[in-house]
Amino acid sequence: MNFTLSNCAKRRMGAFAGRFAPFLAFILTGAGTVLAGEQISIVGSSTVFPFATTVAEHFGKNSAFATPVVESTGSGGGLKLFCAGPGPDSPDIANASRRIKRSEVENCAANGVANITEVKIGYDGIVLANSRAAPRFALSLRDIYVALAAHIPDGKGGIQSNPYQRWDQINPDLPAVRIEVLGPPPTSGTRDAFVEMAMEKGCETFPQAVELKGSSPHAFQALCYGIREDGAYVEAGENDNLIVQKLVANPQALGIFGFSFLEENADRLQGSMVQGVMPTFEAISSGDYPLSRSLYFYVKNDHVGQVPGMAAFIAEFTSEDAWGEYGYLSEKGFIPMGEEERARYGKDARDLRPLAFPA
Amino acid sequence: MSDPFSGVRLNLGRRHLQDRFFQWAGGSAIFLSLVFLALLLVSLVHLGRGAIWKTEIALDIGPVAQMADVQQGAGNTGKMVREAMFALFPDVIGRADRRRLLSLLSPDAQLELAAALRNGRPVGQHRAEGAGVGGKLQVWLTASDTLDMVEKGAVDLNVPEERRLVSDRESGWIRQLEENGAIRRVFNTGFFVSGDSREPELAGILSALVGSVLSLFVCFVLSVPVGVLAAIHLEEFSSGRRWAGLVEVFINNLAAVPSIIFGLLGLSVLLGTFGLPRSTPLVGGMVLALMSLPTIVISSRAALRSVPLSIREAALALGATRVQTSFHHVVPLALPGVLTGAILAMARALGETAPLLMIGMVAFIADVPSGPLDAAASLPVQIFLWADSPERAFVEKTAAAILVLLVLLVAMNLLAILLRRHFEKRFKETRGA
Repeated sequence: MNFTLSNCAKRRMGAFAGRFAPFLAFILTGAGTVLAGEQISIVGSSTVFPFATTVAEHFGKNSAFATPVVESTGSGGGLKLFCAGPGPDSPDIANASRRIKRSEVENCAANGVANITEVKIGYDGIVLANSRAAPRFALSLRDIYVALAAHIPDGKGGIQSNPYQRWDQINPDLPAVRIEVLGPPPTSGTRDAFVEMAMEKGCETFPQAVELKGSSPHAFQALCYGIREDGAYVEAGENDNLIVQKLVANPQALGIFGFSFLEENADRLQGSMVQGVMPTFEAISSGDYPLSRSLYFYVKNDHVGQVPGMAAFIAEFTSEDAWGEYGYLSEKGFIPMGEEERARYGKDARDLRPLAFPA
Repeated sequence: MSDPFSGVRLNLGRRHLQDRFFQWAGGSAIFLSLVFLALLLVSLVHLGRGAIWKTEIALDIGPVAQMADVQQGAGNTGKMVREAMFALFPDVIGRADRRRLLSLLSPDAQLELAAALRNGRPVGQHRAEGAGVGGKLQVWLTASDTLDMVEKGAVDLNVPEERRLVSDRESGWIRQLEENGAIRRVFNTGFFVSGDSREPELAGILSALVGSVLSLFVCFVLSVPVGVLAAIHLEEFSSGRRWAGLVEVFINNLAAVPSIIFGLLGLSVLLGTFGLPRSTPLVGGMVLALMSLPTIVISSRAALRSVPLSIREAALALGATRVQTSFHHVVPLALPGVLTGAILAMARALGETAPLLMIGMVAFIADVPSGPLDAAASLPVQIFLWADSPERAFVEKTAAAILVLLVLLVAMNLLAILLRRHFEKRFKETRGA
């Protein structure tokens, strides 16, 4: 009897679902299409996030268009969403703290997003900073690599796991304190950029590594990209404010984060010299400071004209008022390009010149 | 004759000692948790108390004739504000210096002035020395976050110049403004009535608050009826069936699923298959509803189960159908428990960020949403975004937003207790009568 009853209930429920499912689906999809593309949707890098939001806010207040929605998803995550499809529901712009990769361009094209404009917007510096209570560090890229790599060349053609515990063991000019560096976790774009600009360059000061690069790229990566996990490098989470607080509390430690956080906390922290260059606004802008990287955003050209305000937003971002030397972005720790670069990239952006990836 | 209580007296001292020890341990556990709670609240209030104030600068704006132009939609308030600022400090010349002088004001000062003029609100008092159309008005405009931090004592002016955010020059200007009585501290209404902003002095929680309320509304409308009906069916109509046991296992498992999984489900099904708009409270509420359903079903079932079987038997014996028995007798008696469970599930949904991350609600959204189909963030998301901002002035905003969230949570829990009391009393009376 149980069996028949439950069967009966099943049939009733099936009929119920059958009657209402098309209705539900209609509501759901209807709401989606009515609303699509009302305001600009931006995704991507957490480094570009403060700048993109500042421009978005300005744009919302000074134009007739709605304020764009800006999501902080990280460069990789943002480009993945951006490349997921051409529909009006997909993001219109993706921010990135590195250049788009060939694989990402191919993924985009495979999903029907072929027509993209690349806009270089400015620079960002990665700083190594410590508390003002301790002396300032002067590091070379080689020092940074030797202090933080999981494995280093042993000087006899082999590879050893990192034996160094104090800075003065690496370089007698450095203070005799324990190596303790607080930095971003592997999911962070800042970490990627740090590995690429500091670790790899520092690693390449060893002839052995340069040889490996030609013969065995895998071994080269293992040697140069691996960061030690024995406590000398502490993954301090994505929140740079947290690293700042920990540095103030612990004057022995160094921290790795974006330049804007150093600028905002200049009363408590000092940036280390890298290769003899101080991390200043000018040095990062000119590229003299070795740990500076370019920031970009990518535009879906097909959405210009479909989503209201796209062209106006690009014009706002590339205006002198925003990204210029004295623009409002510079107050947010943004490091602008030189005048000539601004003119060139600004024009390309406003003309929506399609991205031509170098072969 | 042997003592009849000898068994009781056995080890009496030791058992009393044990008793005292456990009482002491329990008491100190309560004490410790209260200390932690007090520590959290005190530090939040200490950090966040500044957020309810903002600093304003008085500027003599004029001439009045120009302000009439602005009311008609013409005129340049930016120029009026700049000139008033330069007039205060006639000795500051040169582009870079003047730019730094202007940065004492919030970047929105000119928009603020224009909006005030257009609304026709009285924007300031006439200066004694120049009434009439050629005269000037004293207008109070929002100061920048840097000046605000100096006024709130967050910037130590005693450390050497190169180590602080404010140069000697700027602190000199600020001192001069203070001496002229041109700086005042007012209640920061903007924090409660405006949306998010990248300028700490302008940032408010309204857009996040409205986003949270809309999401919770959608969540409530979807999850409470479905959850309660499911619980009634499982408990009253299909208990003991084999498939009901299976469903119970599934529901219990779902209750333990990490909330991010529901976000992923929302991303692939709601956004992917149905093409619902990203970053909206509609989708956020649906995802939160999915997350809350198992909790509501479980707590509602527990409440229904606690209704004595005799109530059901009495109703059935008097000829009520099973539906009548459930809805006239069992559900009303279980209502306090059902409501408490539902409100606690809503309170949990209010504090959730992980499922919202996947569906694009962790975003900078400045405009206050006007419906569940507008892009919106939520309160915990706003806290997360502010905590991650480089500007020092966001620290107090973060703490203040946390306090607002805590107040909401306490209010919801209070509501749960009140409803419980109310219904419990009512049904006791009906039962007695």
